[in-house]
Amino acid sequence: MTTDPLIEIAGLQKAFGRHRVLRGIDLAIPAGSAIALYGPNGAGKTTLLRILATLSRPTGGSVRVAGVDIAANPEGIRQHLGLVGHAPLLYDDLSAAENLGFYARLYGLPAADARIADLLQRVGLYERRRDLVRTFSRGMVQRLAIARALLHDPAILLLDEPDTGLDPQAAERMTALLRELGGSARTILMTTHHLERGLDLADRVLILAGGRLVFDASAATLDAAGLRPLYDHYVGTGAA
Amino acid sequence: MGPSRRLVAGLNLLALLAMLAAIYMALVQAPDATNIVPEIRPAQRIIYFHVPAAWVSMLAFLVTFLASLLYLRSSHVRWDIWARSSAEIGIGFTLAAIASGSIWAKPAWNTWWTWDPRLTTYTIVLLLYIAYFMLRSAIDEPGRRARFGAVYGIFAFLSVPLTFMSIRWWNTIHPVILDPSADFGLGPGMTLAFVFGNIAFSILYFALLANRLRLEWTVERVAALREHLL
Amino acid sequence: MKRYLQVIWAVLWKDLRIESRTKDVFTSMAVFAVLALLIFNFAFELRVPDKAMVTPGVLWVTVAFAGVLGLGRAFITEKDKGSLAGLLLAPVDRSAVYFGKMLANLLFILVVELFLLPLITIFFNVPLITPALLLILLLGTIGFAAVGTTFSALAVNTRAREVLLPVLLFPVMLPVLVAGIRSTIGLLEGDTLADLGNWLQLFLFYDLLFLVVAFLTFDYVVEE
Repeated sequence: MTTDPLIEIAGLQKAFGRHRVLRGIDLAIPAGSAIALYGPNGAGKTTLLRILATLSRPTGGSVRVAGVDIAANPEGIRQHLGLVGHAPLLYDDLSAAENLGFYARLYGLPAADARIADLLQRVGLYERRRDLVRTFSRGMVQRLAIARALLHDPAILLLDEPDTGLDPQAAERMTALLRELGGSARTILMTTHHLERGLDLADRVLILAGGRLVFDASAATLDAAGLRPLYDHYVGTGAA
Repeated sequence: MGPSRRLVAGLNLLALLAMLAAIYMALVQAPDATNIVPEIRPAQRIIYFHVPAAWVSMLAFLVTFLASLLYLRSSHVRWDIWARSSAEIGIGFTLAAIASGSIWAKPAWNTWWTWDPRLTTYTIVLLLYIAYFMLRSAIDEPGRRARFGAVYGIFAFLSVPLTFMSIRWWNTIHPVILDPSADFGLGPGMTLAFVFGNIAFSILYFALLANRLRLEWTVERVAALREHLL
Repeated sequence: MKRYLQVIWAVLWKDLRIESRTKDVFTSMAVFAVLALLIFNFAFELRVPDKAMVTPGVLWVTVAFAGVLGLGRAFITEKDKGSLAGLLLAPVDRSAVYFGKMLANLLFILVVELFLLPLITIFFNVPLITPALLLILLLGTIGFAAVGTTFSALAVNTRAREVLLPVLLFPVMLPVLVAGIRSTIGLLEGDTLADLGNWLQLFLFYDLLFLVVAFLTFDYVVEE
């Protein structure tokens, strides 16, 4: 590929005290790719995503987005990032519409009402827009969290185990939603414990183990059955 | 890398000699204070320990403050070691200053405690740095412990002059009954022992700091080695 | 700059909106304040010749303890629900989040004070509600909220959580409490604001100093 990658990670390290979580990650992500990141618990998946989201500061190495070091201009990078984490980042005591309205203000979006109504419709929560998030099911909360992450139309979408705690039906619906709203222009990096779901969405597969990238391949050449032995080897069969 | 073994040994020896000389000057060489009643003249000699202890404790917390600033700038573990080592020593000297002040208060004013601005400020300072270590000990992750310690070390140190001013103004609005500075006035011939006491305590502080830094670096290295081997 | 103010306002609006629904913070602070007044009443009833003499202390101590209760809540919900990360994702300097939270805390404590003043006036029979005293309270509460918001963010990330907050906060708050009690005494004894120049300067200096320090250090408190 001749174009510069959108995200360039070089020699990335992160240690919490003496506990080294990331031990040197090198990764180039072209714009528009969709990546599934697998790895056992504690492999550093969340840490990697948090560093990309500028929530955590690396101990070594660098991350460049569109050629700009994220340490140099974290505010600028954040404008182009959407994050769906373990936690929905929503307030129980605000309604669905109020939550999105609050985030619209954080991102300085003008005339956000139409965009909010549109997103709520597309995630199927428009009828419940005035209800407090407290009353939502886990699946509804997660769909609202996706709407929240896409509110400012970010170029990069980070998804940290978005399917955790969802029943298969809700997870299916979320996957469909991501495929629909993700769009081909958006760059997506998603961690998951669900091999098939990751493959379903991604065009590239990574496995992170022991703080290093141990596997990197195009999803086009892989199917779930072929990947399974490798996955079990690195990630372990215990993962759901 | 902490201070070298040779530097630590040299400072230890220097501190020992300086402290012995300071004790001699305070108890033998300095003349009796003539501006106070004879019964409390021996007790007055505590000034040669009280004031240096108070001065050195502030020096120690100043070092913690500066090291905290440097830590936030650089995230280098060295500055966290400096900050916490100096704060620990500072607490020791603060306790010495409060205790010696209280010992002086008993013969001078027939009470173990006065709410004198300085004594009160030092008590608050003691609480500040106890809180500093309580905060640190309630955090497991070393990076966060160092960062939060540095932030609190900055807030704490900056509040000290304001605390002192506020307590002082509190007292000056009401008539001041006890003015310790009047009794602490230095007569002729006493200045030498006083200045030397301050110098000796400062050397003692640096010797203690050097020992502490060396110990902390050893602890860091042992932990790193253990991590490496296991 | 406009974006910065927008984020401050958004965070403040969000906290006020949630509080207007749950009333968690206000209720706990207000109930605590009433209890404190009752206890102070028993503490002084038979031993102090005139209860009016102790009202400055009662006022500031009650505000300090009720305030620390409210401040403790400031980051608990954000932390437990993980929503703090959502605030930190805002594409502006993180100090905007600090100022939003700080203003929310300031308003909560001020509301409790406005609730407290008539109660003290009634229970202790002292006319406390004067413009001068309101100004003193405002200045003191700004310093309280400025330092308290930072320390609340520190405390919530420790094992001890909000139990640690008063231990961290009160020694640093001492100048404000001393200045507050002392100038309230002055006002009750007939001083005017002009007579309290020293104390007003101390308040202003304290507020400004710690707002700046909090502004400069907040990044280190919330990042990982």
